[in-house]
Amino acid sequence: MSVADVKLNAFVTTKSRVRRPPALAVLCVLVAALLLTMLLAATVGAAGIPLTRLPAALGLTTTEPGNALASRDQLILWSIRIPRVAVAAMIGGLLGASGAIMQGLFRNPLADPALVGVSSGGAFAAAGAIVISDSRFATHILFLQPYLLPLAAFMGSLATTIILYRIASRSGRTSIAIFLLAGLAIAAIANAGIGLLVFIADDRQLRDITFWLLGSLSGATWSKAATLAPVLVIGVAAMAFISRGLDVLILGESEAFHSGVDVEQLKRICIVLVSAMTGAAVSVCGVVGFIGIVVPHLLRLVIGPGHRLLLPASVGLGASLLVGADTLARTIVAPAEMPIGILTAAVGAPIFLLILLRQRGLVGL
Amino acid sequence: MTLCRNRFRHALRCVALTCCLATPVAASAEDILVHDARGRDVTIGHPTRIVSVGGAVTEILYALGVEDRIVAVDTTSLYPPKAMADKPNVGYMRQLSAEGVLGLNPQLVLAIAGAGPKETIEVIDAAKVPLIMVPETFSEDGMLEKIRLVARVAGVESRGECLANAVSGDLTWLRNLRAKVKAPPRVMFVMSFLDGRAMVAGQKTAANEIIKLAGGVNVADSFDGYKIMNDEAIVAAKPDHVLSMERGKDQVKADAVFASPAFALTPAAQTKSFVAMDGLYLLGFGPRTAAAARDLAAKLDPALAAEAVNFKPASLTVNCRQ
Repeated sequence: MSVADVKLNAFVTTKSRVRRPPALAVLCVLVAALLLTMLLAATVGAAGIPLTRLPAALGLTTTEPGNALASRDQLILWSIRIPRVAVAAMIGGLLGASGAIMQGLFRNPLADPALVGVSSGGAFAAAGAIVISDSRFATHILFLQPYLLPLAAFMGSLATTIILYRIASRSGRTSIAIFLLAGLAIAAIANAGIGLLVFIADDRQLRDITFWLLGSLSGATWSKAATLAPVLVIGVAAMAFISRGLDVLILGESEAFHSGVDVEQLKRICIVLVSAMTGAAVSVCGVVGFIGIVVPHLLRLVIGPGHRLLLPASVGLGASLLVGADTLARTIVAPAEMPIGILTAAVGAPIFLLILLRQRGLVGL
Repeated sequence: MTLCRNRFRHALRCVALTCCLATPVAASAEDILVHDARGRDVTIGHPTRIVSVGGAVTEILYALGVEDRIVAVDTTSLYPPKAMADKPNVGYMRQLSAEGVLGLNPQLVLAIAGAGPKETIEVIDAAKVPLIMVPETFSEDGMLEKIRLVARVAGVESRGECLANAVSGDLTWLRNLRAKVKAPPRVMFVMSFLDGRAMVAGQKTAANEIIKLAGGVNVADSFDGYKIMNDEAIVAAKPDHVLSMERGKDQVKADAVFASPAFALTPAAQTKSFVAMDGLYLLGFGPRTAAAARDLAAKLDPALAAEAVNFKPASLTVNCRQ
């Protein structure tokens, strides 16, 4: 065990001689960036609240009672805008982190919850919920109505991951290659299912499904923020336990096993974490692509591949990116809203291509 | 590949031929030249096998008493209810299948603008089955035009004039009713409310026009079509009423809408004013639209309700079927 530790440290330190910025500085910059974007996001929106009225709206200064403008500002800020910023930050964090964990687990920079069908499974279940909630069957599940969609999306993601895991694991061992391939197949099945539902759906449901698939943070409330928070807290806490394992896993599964890492347990924890994080995100805002794939990629260029720093940094960068993207999504076409999936793909995909081009020489592709 | 294409063409020709053979038998009167929504002049005889696509088109054909000549309808043809029960169904208006339509051996496809997809329309054209697209403008004139065009195509122009006159009279009544509105009610049409996201009708929608016909103001007037509206913008728009399509579980939906933080801050939430009406009746822009606008006006403005009761739309009772 101690030998492995020494080896690992040696490995990481040689890497960090390539002039990586110190961890503390990176985290400080990310936290500052997050706070700045959140502040910006809180000040702009379809309902104009000028900076002069902001302190009063935030409740920082006392206002004379009966000031209608201030109380309206306060309501908009606290019941619509701030929960939305909070939800955006948490979802960005969840997506960034689940991307980073999955890439570490598969030792493949292209791995992404969307790639192995976890998002598609969630989206399929959500589309099913949209169609079912208008059918005759819906009278039997009326009590579920308000929670039907998020519940369905979460269960869909979870079910997809469990099926995947069942397929990929045999007599206690999990094959990553099978996992990846089965994921592609399941994503195809889920997409076929979505296609079928699109065919069945009427005009109104069709619009709902399309918008759902594009993702949107509209309708974010404190109660949604409250359901995301524990997932994020548990996820961040779990990072401490898996970061070393993921570092060693880069060397290969048997090498990791011989360095004293319980590889099977590590895989199980990672898979459960990723599905819970992705499921929670999909259940609240639909499918938002490219955050999970771009964020860890960008960070690895700057801070290197060590997971101890990469995982929390992914939470921070994912959060600030999504808060920024959501601010754009809800202001550029106000009073309507741009689906955020369009923005993240439009910005994320070119960045991803750029990274690929720059690295082409380095990795010999 | 060539063989395949030839066979396909041959099949099309066969279908076309059958139609051509069938048409002269039926064409008793002189041919009619129609200018349709696609800007094309279509010549038709006296079609006795009509495929009717679009709720308003079917409604008008029934009102004119020519339902015997309809061989099939689409899934949006919900009124009168016996249309759906009696006639075969060719599917959803935007997802028509070429084979399904041509298999019925129609002499005319009478479709509301927006029917599709494009490929199906192309195949129907290639099969030389006359296809007439009825223009869809959500306006008073648009409704009358629609009625007159459908009547002309069916060769029952005098019945069409009868129906158009009834509707036109109703619209005049409605105009007088609207003139009595003192403060136009502020209305927001919510097409769907899904997990806190409201899809709202902007300009250039049937919902926008029916709100205006009922003497109200559509508060979502800065975008076109149906879009997800920003929560803060919903608060800023200050709707007095939320209008929606009836879908069986309106109580539940109204509660959900007003529980969301965006709608909770609107005047509509304080009075719990949630109006739900049948989709085709409200947005179809067919013969019953004046009546729908009257019903809506009565629900939006209590001062108008007493007045609106006296207004008995002629289009609902008039018999233009002979």
